[in-house]
Amino acid sequence: MKKVIMGNHALSWGAQLGRAQVIAAYPITPQTQVVELLSEMCANKTLDAKFIKVESEHSAMAACIAASIAGARAFTATSSQGLTLMHELLHWASGGRNPVVMGNINRAMAPGWSIWTDQNDSLSQRDTGWIQFYCASNQEVLDTIIQAFRVSEAVMIPSMVVLDAFALSHTYEVVDIPDQEKVDAFLPRFNPPIRLTPSDPHAFGGLTSPEHYFELRYKLQKDMEKVPELVEETGREYEKMFGRYLGEVEDYRCDDAELIFVTSGTAGYTARVGVDQLRHEGVRAGNVRIRMFRPFPFEKVRMILSRARKVAVVDRNISYGHHGIFYQEVKSALYGGNHDVPVFGYITGLGGRDIMPETYKEIAQLTLAKQKPEEDITWIGVKR
Amino acid sequence: MKGGTLGSVPFLGKGNAMKPKKTDEKIIFQTEKEVPLMPMSLGSMLYNKTGAWRNIRPVIDLNNCIQCGICWKFCPDVAIHIENEFPAVNLEYCKGCGICAEECPSKCIAMVEEEK
Repeated sequence: MKKVIMGNHALSWGAQLGRAQVIAAYPITPQTQVVELLSEMCANKTLDAKFIKVESEHSAMAACIAASIAGARAFTATSSQGLTLMHELLHWASGGRNPVVMGNINRAMAPGWSIWTDQNDSLSQRDTGWIQFYCASNQEVLDTIIQAFRVSEAVMIPSMVVLDAFALSHTYEVVDIPDQEKVDAFLPRFNPPIRLTPSDPHAFGGLTSPEHYFELRYKLQKDMEKVPELVEETGREYEKMFGRYLGEVEDYRCDDAELIFVTSGTAGYTARVGVDQLRHEGVRAGNVRIRMFRPFPFEKVRMILSRARKVAVVDRNISYGHHGIFYQEVKSALYGGNHDVPVFGYITGLGGRDIMPETYKEIAQLTLAKQKPEEDITWIGVKR
Repeated sequence: MKGGTLGSVPFLGKGNAMKPKKTDEKIIFQTEKEVPLMPMSLGSMLYNKTGAWRNIRPVIDLNNCIQCGICWKFCPDVAIHIENEFPAVNLEYCKGCGICAEECPSKCIAMVEEEK
């Protein structure tokens, strides 16, 4: 069934098709419609889930974690200030190995108070032990939620599915909504190896002495390392059943590219238009859109970028006192490899300022004009 | 001891409570493979006796106790149990927070300073 829906509703549909059993959420612009539709789905009984109204995002995640420990598939959605209020509980979910799936709408952090997109909210959660996916279309949002449940439950690690404020959250697109029976076949019921039950009581998340804490963290990292392969397998199986493939990265016209952009989110779709325009003008450009940020797709990124003569990383985020975050990550992935490709770092589009196809043209001109980067941050579009 | 009621509050006697699965030995896993996936039941309060944190201890005047069960219900550390229909404090775990004394409607719990 094809429907024209907004990105936020693609999240709700994903949660319904994934048969989430517990939903706990607190509304925040630009996420509100996600939970509005989910509460309607619960009220109309199209979704058989317990909908828990809570007083904060901190409590929303606490409720999801508890539900997950009890063996329920739990879903929530938030954005920006809400996500960062949840920060403590993000560690609880990953450390407790509770495969909660959450939608996050990328919204710039206050102050100045903003409701528009940039990635600093979710990228600030980089080291919380969550799997992170960045989406570029409403279809991808829906498909990623369904796959995220499966990936998360296979390794018992929570997933965050991220989409841009307004550029996706409130933008209507045609979305192919798969049949419930097919989704059920792809995504069986959540059946955790361990769950809280009165007949077998345990203390979860209790005091853990130095004798064992280290091993818990070792195991989390070891399971995180299994995720790239798992995401590829899951993506291939999803493609077989539903005809759409999603992997760790999406590469566009990279095969013969001299200049490869590294992008994420909706800016990564705009990049494809930029690439087409540049190619029309004779510049052999390509684009790698990083879909999975954690765990970082080292192998894929190394393999694709090794073909390029220059790499331009476009960050809609910043690590103050360092550089663009994807720029750091890409450089770190390439370090020590055989390919000595110059990596240029660009920061643009903070706080929802538009990233246009022309932005990529400007970035291409700046990158092609230099042999090597002269600075780690080149600002695109700052009024100065 | 069997379960029963204390005032209107049903309670589980020792025999019906959660069965201790562990000994009071400290658990130490030798390899990461033995450590459970989730941080669950990694230690046991059977060996980790926390009553030494206490500065003041509750002393219950059973002559004035009305057996309401409020101290038993309010104790945040489940350190009050029922012996012969009356509350008794498990000093191996009681941390002396005084909530039982505060909540007791007949004011029959005194908080007495521990000797140094």
